[in-house]
Amino acid sequence: MTHDPVRFYQVGSFAAGNRLLDQGQRTEQSRRGRSNSLTSGHRACQGCGEALGARYALDAAMRATDGRLVAANATGCLEVFSTPYPETSWQIPWLHSLFGNAPAVATGMAAALEVKGRTDVRVVAQAGDGGTVDIGFGCLSGMFERNDDVLFICYDNEAYMNTGVQRSGATPPAARTATTEAVGPEPGNEFGQGKDLPRIAIAHGIPYVATATVAELHDLERKVERAMSIRGARYLHVLVPCPLGWASASSDTIRLARLACESGLFPLFEAENGEVVDVTKIRRQVPVEDYLKLQGRYRHLFGDPGRPDLVRQIQKVADRNIERFGLVATGAEQEVR
Amino acid sequence: MLRQIEGSRAVAEAVGLCRPEVVCAYPISPQTHIIEAVGVLVKSGRLHPCKFVNVESEFAAMSVSIGASAMGARAYTATASQGLLFMTEAVYNAAGLGLPIVMTVANRAIGAPINIWNDHSDAMSVRDAGWVQLFAETNQDAVDLHIQAFRLAEELSLPVMVCMDGFVLTHAFERVELPDQEAVDAFLPPFEPRQVLDPDNPVSIGAMVGPEAFTEVRYLAHARQLQALARIPELAEEFEAGFGRAAGGLVTTYRTEGAETVVVALGSVLGTLKDAADSMWDAGVPVGVVGVTTFRPFPAAAVARAVSAARRVVVVEKAFSIGAHGILAGDVTLALSGLDIRVDAVVAGLGGRPISEASCRGLLEEAAAGSLPALSFLDLDTHLVARELERMVAQRRSGPVAENLLRDIGSVSGSGLAVARPGSQKGAR
Ligand SMILES: Cc1ncc(C[n+]2csc(CCOP(=O)(O)OP(=O)(O)O)c2C)c(N)n1
Ligand code: SF4
Ligand SMILES: [Mg+2]
Repeated sequence: MTHDPVRFYQVGSFAAGNRLLDQGQRTEQSRRGRSNSLTSGHRACQGCGEALGARYALDAAMRATDGRLVAANATGCLEVFSTPYPETSWQIPWLHSLFGNAPAVATGMAAALEVKGRTDVRVVAQAGDGGTVDIGFGCLSGMFERNDDVLFICYDNEAYMNTGVQRSGATPPAARTATTEAVGPEPGNEFGQGKDLPRIAIAHGIPYVATATVAELHDLERKVERAMSIRGARYLHVLVPCPLGWASASSDTIRLARLACESGLFPLFEAENGEVVDVTKIRRQVPVEDYLKLQGRYRHLFGDPGRPDLVRQIQKVADRNIERFGLVATGAEQEVR
Repeated sequence: MLRQIEGSRAVAEAVGLCRPEVVCAYPISPQTHIIEAVGVLVKSGRLHPCKFVNVESEFAAMSVSIGASAMGARAYTATASQGLLFMTEAVYNAAGLGLPIVMTVANRAIGAPINIWNDHSDAMSVRDAGWVQLFAETNQDAVDLHIQAFRLAEELSLPVMVCMDGFVLTHAFERVELPDQEAVDAFLPPFEPRQVLDPDNPVSIGAMVGPEAFTEVRYLAHARQLQALARIPELAEEFEAGFGRAAGGLVTTYRTEGAETVVVALGSVLGTLKDAADSMWDAGVPVGVVGVTTFRPFPAAAVARAVSAARRVVVVEKAFSIGAHGILAGDVTLALSGLDIRVDAVVAGLGGRPISEASCRGLLEEAAAGSLPALSFLDLDTHLVARELERMVAQRRSGPVAENLLRDIGSVSGSGLAVARPGSQKGAR
């Protein structure tokens, strides 16, 4: 008896998968032979983008390495919800050491494998945005600079979720967190440059850098596979909406990830050896309001009187991304397609 | 082979003989010569297979060691002082995970004020982390302790720190017997990890543990340390049988028989104390010396046994718990509870202040006369201290303490703080 894989059922543009793809190309939701690096039974919130992202990223990495994979995990939601003692959701060898050292732990694993001549086993490190852009940044930059054979995956939910939604260096301007409350004349997070880690990673000249979201799981898988086909330091930055921290509906996780891209706030691209080599164009550009309005963390920007001035500033951030990466297809490009 | 060799180089050779597979370190005086020399061993191919990883911080150095050890590789690192503090979170983590990493600590003071010279504040700051802590008295000791450290660490699956006095040992050229490879290989079998990351048999390591089992996990760490307490003397015996040289063990004793006063200490100061004890015996005052080789786990029974015949114990230590008491002295006091033995602490050699034989003799005479206070500071310049205390009373903005003191003793020119840069004549930090 044959078993067809179950593919994502398409309910519209804001659900996982891509209805423009034919059935055979759509992302698999389950299959008999699926490795399930992260099994069900973990304790993530309903609609957690991080759980979804980690499952698809690591399953893709397992496929790409024939299951010869080990993972280092930073402290954070992913670590906590996957390994409540004495249970574990991981089907792969997995080590959690500290909040800020996952890149270095992974370097140690890769060094051990190299010395032992076990080139078949590959190393993945994973962390939230806090463990990546803030406390783990020194170790990460060192790992990049040495070009250690590690794929580092950042699951960016734009705040310290595990400790109760505090601001991180990846928290966007105006967003409410527990340490940037929506009070006072400048409600929410301050406007600044933020820390654009994908571009910082590119500046290290490492072999591969890519961004992805959980809205395009197929794209995420493809990027993981690409990353695993390369040796050296590789960086994947995945936007993973967090219903709890973003005060959004659990059912909106995919929608939000997609709107983040379609608004220009989260550009999707790939870079190799310091140069951007591919950019995913925005299919149907939307104003940032469409993205912001679905999230309670931006509630203070809307209503009466609201803060249209701040919304305009956020639109500027999106516009700058669109210009920098050429996210909107020009007329000529559209014709070629 | 007998070699006239710098302590750091000797330790590097010993580490090389132990065939580490991953060495990862970050430079800090006075540890630098050790890792430089190990680096040469690796880069020249003499130590193969081994990977030497240059990292961006001590925190990374210990973290790389954690990853490598969990992957089943024999991992080694070395640090000192600020570096040990910088990696402290990972130091605790390595112990909590039960990873048999071996680390040399080239003992050095902790700032501020920044000071590159020797004392034991660094090692003492992590004494509760769950690492075994061994203290070398000589460079020969340092060599031999490293070989035993790898064996102990891997047998019990717990990390071991070998402490050697910065500069006093690390930079001293001495005759050292370096064992040959066959002897070390016979003593130290290949690393067989108790837990390992393996795709063929996946395990999760480092899971979160709540109140339901945390006490038990910690108790087991304690139990492992108690196992080490039993295993260390056995390994020392086996080492002596194989290498023809006594090294390691829990404590060493020197002329304790018939001694009414016994001095207890860690590390290289034991040599000076033995000289001072000799001269006391010559003067008709019997003084013994006990060296604590294994500081963690603390060998309370062995210490009690070693000093049980004495009437008073003086603990000379290169660190103390500020606002409280001596640290080693506290452990010794506990070890002797129930015995009618007085224990006094003498803090000495902080930040590299020389501990002279004359000063030691002075304190031993005071001890023998029963006039030593419970806590004292060897060669403390009380005038200097009094002057600063007065200044603090006299004016609110009395200024930075360290710079004031240096001005008082005339080691910097008196005008303005801009020139008051202690140690600026030294390149190494
Ligand atoms: C050294 C240290 N500082 C702080 C913490 C507390 N802490 C644990 S997880 C976490 C936030 C994690 O945020 P992020 O990396 O973004 O992951 P998320 O939970 O959002 O997925 C913090 C602050 C810690 N465990 N260790
Ligand atoms: S708080 Fe956010 S990241 Fe954490 S488990 Fe819940 S949804 Fe996921
Ligand atoms: Mg986060």
